[in-house]
Amino acid sequence: MPSKRKHSKRRIARLAKSPTGIAGLDEITWGGLPKGRPTLIFGKAGCGKTVLAIEFLIHGALEHNEPGVLVAFEETADDLTANIASLGYDLTDLCARKKLVIDYINIERSEIEEAGEYDLGGLFVRLGYAIDSIGAKRVVLDAIEAIFAALPNAFVVRAELRRLFRWLKEKGVTAVITGERGDGTLTRHGLEEYVSDCVILLDHRVDDQISTRRLRVIKYRGSAHGSNECPFLIDDRGISVLPITSLGLQHQATTERVSSGIARLDAMLGGKGYYRGSSILVTGTAGTGKSSLAAYFVQAACRRGERCLYFASEESPAQITRNMSSIGVDLAPWVKKGLLRFNAVRPNFFGLEMHLLMMHRLISEFRPRVVIIDPITNYASLGTQLDVKSMLTRLIDFLKGQSITALFASLTEGGSAIEQSEVGISSLMDTWVLLRETENNGERNRGLFVLKARGIGHSNQIREFLITDKGIELVDFCVGPGVFTGSARVAQRASKKKAAVSAANNRRGLR
Amino acid sequence: MKNSNPVRTTTKSPQAAPKPYELRLYVAGQTPKSIIALANLKKICEEHLHSRYRIEVIDLLERPQLARGDQILAIPTLVRTLPQPIKKIIGDLSNTERVLVGLNLRQLG
Repeated sequence: MPSKRKHSKRRIARLAKSPTGIAGLDEITWGGLPKGRPTLIFGKAGCGKTVLAIEFLIHGALEHNEPGVLVAFEETADDLTANIASLGYDLTDLCARKKLVIDYINIERSEIEEAGEYDLGGLFVRLGYAIDSIGAKRVVLDAIEAIFAALPNAFVVRAELRRLFRWLKEKGVTAVITGERGDGTLTRHGLEEYVSDCVILLDHRVDDQISTRRLRVIKYRGSAHGSNECPFLIDDRGISVLPITSLGLQHQATTERVSSGIARLDAMLGGKGYYRGSSILVTGTAGTGKSSLAAYFVQAACRRGERCLYFASEESPAQITRNMSSIGVDLAPWVKKGLLRFNAVRPNFFGLEMHLLMMHRLISEFRPRVVIIDPITNYASLGTQLDVKSMLTRLIDFLKGQSITALFASLTEGGSAIEQSEVGISSLMDTWVLLRETENNGERNRGLFVLKARGIGHSNQIREFLITDKGIELVDFCVGPGVFTGSARVAQRASKKKAAVSAANNRRGLR
Repeated sequence: MKNSNPVRTTTKSPQAAPKPYELRLYVAGQTPKSIIALANLKKICEEHLHSRYRIEVIDLLERPQLARGDQILAIPTLVRTLPQPIKKIIGDLSNTERVLVGLNLRQLG
């Protein structure tokens, strides 16, 4: 009796999950694939089904002590091993350690003659033997639909597949079945009819010559799941999925302040600089010194011993380092020390989502305290304003969630309103530093102004912003009748000084 | 499992036959289908091959590791290992015509 009760109780219990170990996917599925049930992963050729399925096995074997069986109907064990090696996993080693069994099932239609009734008992025997030989908890049936091509009687195959999936459930293994996307049905032979506890669609689309892989959980019986399309990436470290949902506005706010690296700018920001974990927007027309301001911030952070991640989309790391050393900021030692890392990629190299994914991954890996994105304007060409804003919102939420201070440089087109940030994201920013140029007396001079700084009593003054070979200097504008910048300021100062001196002389003379 | 010996070899003494047939019948337990298949096979061999054949019955429930070698999926499966090339016939062998075609004992049509 008690055992029976226990059994019925287990049925009522919440659905147990089997973590895939794939970053992001476990988040979307709220913990992984349904434990002890089959999951269908389908998509067109080359969309990453096999890689996803094999990663599920690898993470299970390595991280959750759940050995796995891979039954491959299309690729031989050697081919699969070679393919997966490019993702940094050694299947041969896993097999040797009895964490994985690969069984390649190859059926040559030309060799086979059908003469009477049959069932797929051989497949059951092979699978059962493989599972029992290592105590497997996870099973992948890769491209099982090949059976339909190999065996002439589709009626038998269907009945047997139904029996197979029921049998896998009874065995309590978590199975992943991959299938090719079909016309009209989800998969070519309607596998979804048998495997319907969890269905995941992979997609690979090209928009404007930029390809993006996407993943969507179509169905998950007995569990909540994210239903959005999520971009994912396959690279030398396997698959990473980016949950599309924004993390929301739950982040903590600290009162800790970080220096901007320029004493006078700190002074303008209530004397202490930016808030840690805030997002800072630096806008200005071309050549106003946005990158220089960023370099100062980086230098200050590295001096505090904090790691910085610099996403550059216009200049190569070497070029940035060289250019900054010309204004007295030497970034090379920080790179050497491992405190500063550059990531220079042309924006049109990937789609927006891929950039976001890349940034997510690099940030999670490097764990910086400061992130620079220089400039964000370049991403604007990768999507509509809405897309870009949504991407940056998610990026900012992610950064804030980890208390990372981020500085975004944004290029203002000449001629457009100076307060207009290119991608309409100023509302997302906590602090906005505006760089502008004033033109008079045959000179262009730079001015710096703190347009907004949430939670900071900031200066309302415009400072003249000088970039010299010794670095950035902020100088008070000389205010007389009118505002003087550049040589006019020097002249005005000199004449004021002269006036003061002559006034003093006059006083002395009077005495 | 009443049958203790999984591999039963039925050898008919080859009378200097030029090409003996090596046949392997894969089954999974003593199911009706496998019993019918073996009976059908013996009958066909007697009629068409006379004594130039050898049948080996492999029960995969007892020797599951053998399923991999001959790429067995369907049960029952008859594998002709000799003469070359390898031929596979799936099913209970009740369709004699197809078995003969499969064994290259009769050309189709």
